Amino acid sequence: MDNQTLAVQIDDLTVAYNYKPVLWDIDLSVPEGVLMAIVGPNGAGKSTLIKTILGIIKPIAGTVSIYGKPYSKQRKLVAYVPQKGSVDWDFPTTALDVVMMGTYGNLGWIKRPGQKEKKIALESMEKVDMLAYKNRQISQLSGGQQQRVFLARALAQDASIYFMDEPFQGVDATTEIAIINILKELRKAGKTVVVVHHDLQTVPEYFDWVTFLNVKKIATGPVKDIFNDDNLTKTYGINYKVAVNK
Amino acid sequence: MSNPQIEIQLIAAIVAIACAIPGVFLVLRKMALISDAISHSILPGIVIGFFITQDLNSPLLILLAALTGVITVVMVEFIQKTGLVKEDTAIGLVFPVLFSIGVILIAKNANDVHLDVDAVLLGELAFAPFDRLMVGGADWGPKSLWVMGSILFITISLLILFFKELKVTTFDAGLSSVLGISPVVMHYGLMSVSSVTVVGAFDAVGAILVVALMIAPAATAYLLTEDLKKMIWLSILFGVFSAISGYWVANILDASISGSIATTLGVVFLLVYLFAPKKGLISVLYRQKQQRIEVSLITFLLHLNRHEEESERHINHLQEHINWRAVRARSVLDLAEKNNLVEIENQVVSLTEKGLAFTEKSLEYIINNKDEKIEPMKEDFFLFRG
Repeated sequence: MDNQTLAVQIDDLTVAYNYKPVLWDIDLSVPEGVLMAIVGPNGAGKSTLIKTILGIIKPIAGTVSIYGKPYSKQRKLVAYVPQKGSVDWDFPTTALDVVMMGTYGNLGWIKRPGQKEKKIALESMEKVDMLAYKNRQISQLSGGQQQRVFLARALAQDASIYFMDEPFQGVDATTEIAIINILKELRKAGKTVVVVHHDLQTVPEYFDWVTFLNVKKIATGPVKDIFNDDNLTKTYGINYKVAVNK
Repeated sequence: MSNPQIEIQLIAAIVAIACAIPGVFLVLRKMALISDAISHSILPGIVIGFFITQDLNSPLLILLAALTGVITVVMVEFIQKTGLVKEDTAIGLVFPVLFSIGVILIAKNANDVHLDVDAVLLGELAFAPFDRLMVGGADWGPKSLWVMGSILFITISLLILFFKELKVTTFDAGLSSVLGISPVVMHYGLMSVSSVTVVGAFDAVGAILVVALMIAPAATAYLLTEDLKKMIWLSILFGVFSAISGYWVANILDASISGSIATTLGVVFLLVYLFAPKKGLISVLYRQKQQRIEVSLITFLLHLNRHEEESERHINHLQEHINWRAVRARSVLDLAEKNNLVEIENQVVSLTEKGLAFTEKSLEYIINNKDEKIEPMKEDFFLFRG
């Protein structure tokens, strides 16, 4: 991987809330084109890591670069799927309108979305099989449908790197398969995908790259090399045994 | 109608619109209490501004006082960020302090001027037409009409320019930050507009009614629509309607105009809360009743489906078995019969073909409850409503 392009490079990153560090001295490289899971126990700082990469949270030390430049210069290369629970789904708007928000970044300030943006949004909805629900109020969508809307919105951002915060949380099996298929398609198209993930059992099946995180970085690398009981035990602090499918 | 009457209603209507627009976003951002805080804590700003300018309608005074509003927000956020208290507590700590500083300043220094605590809290719309804008000896109408008109113009311009930004930062601050649309900038923008509006409006309608005009129309509209643009239009409509009709209520009762407007806002909200087609109380209760009947019906049909033996399907036996009172059992049985789902022969109930098909679909619905496959089923269930 020495000659591989790095999509994300993090050096000496420390993040604190109220002077209490939640991430300590993280060094992490994400090679271009991987489908990476970030795993770790609750409170390990997984969401914080993503939010810091995206500039939502300011670190107290360290640097983050996206394709060699700071995030603020590379916004258009990055798409983000926040946790479904982070927004109020009673907000008065439709599924299509939420997906359109993905195009706002390329539009910039003041300019309004037009036919071109609508077309992008509709195509993205089709990819997640949500076209039939385009005019549905978002409060009327099921949890799985809401997650697909968020995914469609990220697709509408048309980025090179996708960050997703627990996209499989609270979705039914059909949606989970639909989402993972889209993630795999993204990787096939050469995109980089970084996912905060909870279900350790599915890591070997869904992902090809994994980062173990628990306030400090425990390990990062290809799933087939480092997804083992040793790293799991180091991360979760208990003697962890999972069936790793070969 | 006399000229001052028309002018008062015009001012009330413009204040209502200017308040309703930021109000929609405050309600959606769950920041209604902030408007209450701002409306009180601008008082020291107004008093100090008044000492400097000697004119309640001076733009400098409005900016000074609005700045106090923004400072309130900053202070609340600062206290909240310490993690020691929650937001509502932080609000409760900040605004009484600032407000009482204003009260003391008035008591110590402003006894002989037109600025007293009563007027600050309740405002006096009836006096608004007396303070006129005179340019070169010509009468250009009430000053507060010009002040509020300018504020409204700025508010509408900003709303049109930044509608997309307001929407995305309100719905999903995390995403907007990633997109490069700073939620912080929009937050303080909205806070500044709200502060300026509150300051401009408070002279006419007082610190309490300003809160009512910001929150009540938006809360009412929220019950009626699931479209942001419609919500803004409806808020404006409710605000203007309450302002004008409140004025006439005050006229008939010979009571305070601002008090009557606030009461009308409350009554309008109550009516909508009761009668709104989807989210209204009556409609919700009705829907719950219908759902109870539907569930009963399906339970009943499933029971019939599971039991082949006649003894289990005898009318009298059914009552004991499903453990319903006679009335409920009767009404469910009637409903099933009316929709040709069951037939009764010699006191024995059996499923018709339609009933059988429906029961099987219902089973599928129960099993696949969370699946999207039930979408077409929902229409079948509406069949039994009403």
